[in-house]
Amino acid sequence: MPPKPFWLALGFAGVLACCGLSIVIGVRVVSGADLLAGLSGSVENISQAAIAKRIPRTIMAALGGAALGLSGAVMQAITRNPLADPGILGVNAGAAFAVTLGIAWFGMALSVTYVAVAILGAALAAAFVYVVGSAGPGGATPLKLALAGTATSVALASLMNAVILGRNDIANSVQYWMVGGVGGVTMDRVGLVAPFLALGFVLGAWTAPRLNSLALGDELAAGVGENVALTRAVSALGAVILAGATTAICGPIGFVGLAVPHMCRLIIGVDHRWLLPLSAFGGAILLLAADVLGRVLVRPAELEVGIVTALVGVPIFIIIVRRQRVRDL
Amino acid sequence: MTRAPGLAPEPSPGSALVRDLRRRASRRWLATLLALASIVLAAFALTLVLGQSYTPPVQVLAVLRGEDVPGASFTVGRLRLPRATLAILAGLCFGLAGAAFQTLLRNPLASPDIIGISYGASAAASVAIVFFGLSGAAVTAFAVAAGLGVSTLIYLLAYKDGAAGTRLILMGIGIAALLQSVITYTLSRASEWSLQDALRWLAGSVNAASWGQVLPLLIVLPLLGLPLLATSRDLETLRLGDDAAQATGVRVGLVRLVVLLTATGLICFATAAAGPISFVAFLAGPITARLTGSGRSLLLPAALTGAALVILADYAGQFLLPSRYPVGIVTGAFGAVYLLYLIGRVNRRGAAL
Repeated sequence: MPPKPFWLALGFAGVLACCGLSIVIGVRVVSGADLLAGLSGSVENISQAAIAKRIPRTIMAALGGAALGLSGAVMQAITRNPLADPGILGVNAGAAFAVTLGIAWFGMALSVTYVAVAILGAALAAAFVYVVGSAGPGGATPLKLALAGTATSVALASLMNAVILGRNDIANSVQYWMVGGVGGVTMDRVGLVAPFLALGFVLGAWTAPRLNSLALGDELAAGVGENVALTRAVSALGAVILAGATTAICGPIGFVGLAVPHMCRLIIGVDHRWLLPLSAFGGAILLLAADVLGRVLVRPAELEVGIVTALVGVPIFIIIVRRQRVRDL
Repeated sequence: MTRAPGLAPEPSPGSALVRDLRRRASRRWLATLLALASIVLAAFALTLVLGQSYTPPVQVLAVLRGEDVPGASFTVGRLRLPRATLAILAGLCFGLAGAAFQTLLRNPLASPDIIGISYGASAAASVAIVFFGLSGAAVTAFAVAAGLGVSTLIYLLAYKDGAAGTRLILMGIGIAALLQSVITYTLSRASEWSLQDALRWLAGSVNAASWGQVLPLLIVLPLLGLPLLATSRDLETLRLGDDAAQATGVRVGLVRLVVLLTATGLICFATAAAGPISFVAFLAGPITARLTGSGRSLLLPAALTGAALVILADYAGQFLLPSRYPVGIVTGAFGAVYLLYLIGRVNRRGAAL
């Protein structure tokens, strides 16, 4: 078994390689000369312009994927729940609902408020789902959390439907955004979301060593001197910021946060100091690869990255559920 | 020969108490059933009499007898009657099947609209509307077929050394997430008019109901509903756990199969006819449980609760709210409020959901 730093380096190399692929491969086939010209900022013909458009998209996919992967890993750690994922726990739906409300009722335009509103919605939904899911005997079992998250998502979707029904002016753009994609991303938007993501990543880094003690169980963690409530609150805040900010720009993208940490755990083990960074790299790789795949699969059209991640993620979800002993759920 | 004291033939005071409690529980059950039935009937009558305009009850009765009344024959006979009938039938199906699922899986959150059973029908219908430009009966047929197919897939995926309820729920959630992304994808590709059409369908609505939509439900409801109701007693025993039920002579595997088949069929047909009217299947069981108390089967009263929910929500969505909403939006909002209420209740008592 190669040492852990090797895997981390390999993950980082994978991210770089996928970034390269994401710039080179697209609906339009671009020649080598145009590729170099496009990368150096020239937009003289369509091919070069296409390259220029692929750059922000690639950055966003890498950042968003990393955010979702890290967010999923943190959520799985603090809920000690193998099925935790921003999509399944209703966090993405909360962000989506908040943004839709903002657009429909307050004419909210794309700005810092937009991202902040999404994060607020994500946080409220996360708190709501956690309270519903941990009610009753046995606390927050994976089953109850997943059910509470799904029920909340369904409720939010139906409220969202109520908001956009009859609003032809916004229905199409909301629907387009709901699919989850990085297609129309511009550099402005990346700049908008970057500070939030940076904050989320910092919180994630702070939280990594502390999640290890949390994994021992609340009593033992408190016994080794960990402030359990603080750790959990800060980690949850970080996870929610990451998921909410990504949803604000890319729409609700499911299953990255679920699938990536599980695969990373198989590779690098359960030490969160290694698992969290590798999950971030893994998420970036998955989202970049899914985005590239979406451009190639149905040429000359594109398949949004949210669809591709669902197609990849659901089988993984099914495998996890089938492998888990039922009693543990 | 002496008898063991515990096996004395004459009834002890304790058993008299039990009998008394039981009689009281069954009286409450019956009273709830009657109350629910009268609510449904009253709402039905209200829908027929008072819509956009007022139609005197005499004229309504005349139309119901099949007489030709100018004006009323159209508003009541062609608009209100099919709509009210569809609302009630769909509500019965959703309520009945929802309570059956919740009882079988022993989890109040595990209603068919949460665990993916109705998603197959929804996804198929949105594809049929948006990509194939279908409408009416064609959408219905498509939705029923896909709903049944997807449910079978969920069961097959969950099946591993016997189908465990927990795994079934989780598989359903996973498949639902996949289908949800199919639906969003479809909607994002929709033209503006077919988008509104599909959204309305997905919200669940009995707008523009026709006898063509009502007829399949009228056939399916007794065909699947009666066998499902026949399992009520065994289903109640199953609540105690599989082993305990087995010990009392319940054929667990058979009961579970009958319940899953019939309830799935009801959900698929009702969804195909009226769209996935959200949260009716989810809410009917818990509301009814609060009304009837424990001890008797929930299925029949839950069906009536479902019918009452749909027809009242449809009336509210048409006439009582500031703008007109399809019924599913009203029930969806109601469901969201109910989830909030669950939180409050749980925090106060710390009890199970």
